Amino acid sequence: MSGKRIVSVSINGNPTEFLCEPRQTLLEVLRNTLNMTGTKEGCSNGNCGACTVVVDGRPVVSCLVLAVEVEGAEIHTIEGVTCGVEMDEVQSAFLEGAALQCGICTPGFIVQAEALLAQNPAPTEDDIRFYLAGNLCRCTGYDKIVRAVQAAAKKRQSVS
Amino acid sequence: MATIDKPKYKVIGTRPIRHDGVDKVTGRAQYGADIKLSGMIYGALLRSPHAHARIKNVDTSRALAVTGVRAIVTSADLPEQGDRVVELGEGAVNMRHLTANVLAREKVLYKGHAIAAVAADNIHIAQEAVKLIDVEFELLTPLLDVQEAMRVDAPILNDEIRTESFGSAPAAQDSQPTNVAKHFIFEKGDLAAGLAEADLIVEREFDTATVHQGYIEPHNATVHWNADGKITVWMSTQGSFSARHQTAELLKVPISSVKVVPMEIGGGFGGKISVYLPPVAALLSKKSGHPVQLVMSRTDVFEATGPTPGSHMRMKLGVTKDGRLTAGAAWIAFEAGAYTGSPVGAACMCVFSCYDLPHGRVEGFDVCVNKPRSNAYRAPGSTHVAFAIETLVDEICEKLEIDPAEFRLKNAATEGTRRVDGPVFSRIGMKETVEAIKNSEHYRSSLEGKCRGRGIASGFWFNAGLRSSVSATVNPDGTVSLVEGSTDIGGSRASIAMQLAETLGITAEEVIPSVVDTDSVGYTDVTGGSRVTFSTGIAAIKAAEDIQSQLLQRAALLWEMDVSCVRYEDGAVVGPDGQSLSFKELAAKLNATGGAVIGRGTSTGEVNQAGAYGTHCVDVEVDPELGKVQILRYTAAQDVGTAIHPSYVEGQIQGGVVQGIGWALNEEYWYDGEGEMRNATYLDYRIPTCYDVPMIDTIIVEVPDPQHPYGVRGAGEVPICPPPAAIANAIHDAIGVRMEQLPMSPPRLLEEILKK
Repeated sequence: MSGKRIVSVSINGNPTEFLCEPRQTLLEVLRNTLNMTGTKEGCSNGNCGACTVVVDGRPVVSCLVLAVEVEGAEIHTIEGVTCGVEMDEVQSAFLEGAALQCGICTPGFIVQAEALLAQNPAPTEDDIRFYLAGNLCRCTGYDKIVRAVQAAAKKRQSVS
Repeated sequence: MATIDKPKYKVIGTRPIRHDGVDKVTGRAQYGADIKLSGMIYGALLRSPHAHARIKNVDTSRALAVTGVRAIVTSADLPEQGDRVVELGEGAVNMRHLTANVLAREKVLYKGHAIAAVAADNIHIAQEAVKLIDVEFELLTPLLDVQEAMRVDAPILNDEIRTESFGSAPAAQDSQPTNVAKHFIFEKGDLAAGLAEADLIVEREFDTATVHQGYIEPHNATVHWNADGKITVWMSTQGSFSARHQTAELLKVPISSVKVVPMEIGGGFGGKISVYLPPVAALLSKKSGHPVQLVMSRTDVFEATGPTPGSHMRMKLGVTKDGRLTAGAAWIAFEAGAYTGSPVGAACMCVFSCYDLPHGRVEGFDVCVNKPRSNAYRAPGSTHVAFAIETLVDEICEKLEIDPAEFRLKNAATEGTRRVDGPVFSRIGMKETVEAIKNSEHYRSSLEGKCRGRGIASGFWFNAGLRSSVSATVNPDGTVSLVEGSTDIGGSRASIAMQLAETLGITAEEVIPSVVDTDSVGYTDVTGGSRVTFSTGIAAIKAAEDIQSQLLQRAALLWEMDVSCVRYEDGAVVGPDGQSLSFKELAAKLNATGGAVIGRGTSTGEVNQAGAYGTHCVDVEVDPELGKVQILRYTAAQDVGTAIHPSYVEGQIQGGVVQGIGWALNEEYWYDGEGEMRNATYLDYRIPTCYDVPMIDTIIVEVPDPQHPYGVRGAGEVPICPPPAAIANAIHDAIGVRMEQLPMSPPRLLEEILKK
């Protein structure tokens, strides 16, 4: 195994440097090196979406990204969705709409939904289901998750 | 959406924000893999590449030599257990099997069976070192089919297993080893006479594949074996007390030496009761002197935990020409997996439980095969048999030209009906769920379009009682800190807190619930069996009543009168002359009137729930070229007794339905001839995504269970039972094909379409 590298990134707006081995994934570094455990691990091969983060504006599964690849990138994680102690519309909609049960997939869904709403502020039900299809939830049957994203979109539009 | 009348309670029936919600939408909630301890190291397991083999030798010397490796353990490090049967909260288990499942001893019995474990400074070193453990195997023939495993000349998996008989099954005569670990027979009335009364007899054989619970969070355990001999386990579990008991028994240490700290749990559905990792992590910790964290990979979860079994079933129903059931016979064989313990007993009890069947006979077999030891999965055993029986019921309705809802109403089990296995039902709501579907807009609407069809089906689950403990401390600001032992998988902190709040006359938000470790609360059985809102709810109500009686004494003291003169009413203590102190006012005076008020409550497990029913209606469209089934519309009606938090009740129903859809249409363990699961990733196993399903409409039916003060019935499990049969019936309605196999995946359905 070759030596460790220093990687410089911005995470949730904060300039951050970390040391990693070339074989370490972004997920492993976020969770184990930076202690940001809000990003969850469900499968480690890109199938479940629990580890979704946004890198340079695009949602990615962080288990399939090597940490050395994100040099210079702007990364947003679930920890950055909350502004201070204020939750945003998506988080509130998940809470109010009971869109979570066990909660392990919830950070991934929220980050993915934020990415959807950034691109498409007024998605249809089909748009939402298509965009969230890479995030697996085994508890809710998705009904309340889709409704929560609809509610968040509506609330955000009425504010803006 | 729910159709619920205005609730008659103040808190129950409302939809407060769940207490643990903010932590879970902000990423702050701590799951098992999130814990980091000072000096913690990481472990990895060596797993068998073969489905059936004898272990001749394990050589760990090359792995031990790797820099950064701190400890290696094999089954030689686990104490010998012998044939010791131990009651572990939700069923008894033979310790010989439990320990061999944790780390294989003489044989490996499935691909993925754990053989050894390495702890190292980081996970990468541990994984590399595992590859350097040399194991010498003697390969044996893998046995993968339940019917083949039952043959007398089949290879034997476990030399010590003899058939154990239940119900009226005759005691096994010979003492030869067998793969048939259990044999059940239940009878009611006279089957032959019942069949003779029938004008129509329908019978079919059914097969269902092994499926997995599919919880998103992999199993994990972080264990520290301290220098004083105390062992602390941080883990994801449905039952911290069961995990403590299993871990202590496996390590042969006193139960008080083990503390289990239940972390947030990322789904379980029955699959997070058996212990796999804690004893291994404990031994690695003892050997290395460090806390050790073990986390399974997704492939490990599929290959080496406890999926729910594949089955082969033969079913027969007799009916008069005016549509009255006369008799039923069921023959049910479940794949136990490597060791005994499939839910075939429950399947035998559930198979005819939707109906008032005058004559019946059920025979069941628990059969060992070279697959992982099977486990509970949401209403364990009931979905299999519901698929078979509800398909036959649909065939009867088709042949007799009777509306399937009318048929079910005519034959429904009701209060006083005796199940084929003996028990008599108390107040149940089977009929009410059928009526709810029959009267629904969905069922009354017309369905247009080519290759489209509609099906309905019903399902039953017992719902368990078992034991729970809570304590509750009144805070000076009028809130209550509630301490419970039931791990919260889907909002039970809220449903328990709401029952405490209702009883005390305070708001849900004024209760602060915590799920605590095994040293901090009384014994509590697993979160399973749809029991928590019922049983831990009863404990919380008792704790609230205990608080009430203590507050009466405090008020009597303040008013200088006898306690018999004061009463608790609507969140306040009132006296004979109109005196009144609200809960909040009294809470502020506790320190001046004798100190803390701590309520306690237990439920003892003497009460068993009356059982839950659901009836579902589904519209599908079949692509006759591809064999693919699209769910167009879905409505589920379910008797939940009293819905404490309707949003989370709906969520249980919707989640159960979508798991049932996955089981119906796609999910299966796809084995090759060598016993290797060839689809052991989410991509290939393919649970439903949100793009596969529509909104799931729910109709909450409330037939209160008189055994609970507020009428609660467990809601979690029964919704998974009807979907496979409802969808099979809809497929038949759409294209005239009767499916006898699960999953009804495109290749299977296409094969049947082409046969037509």
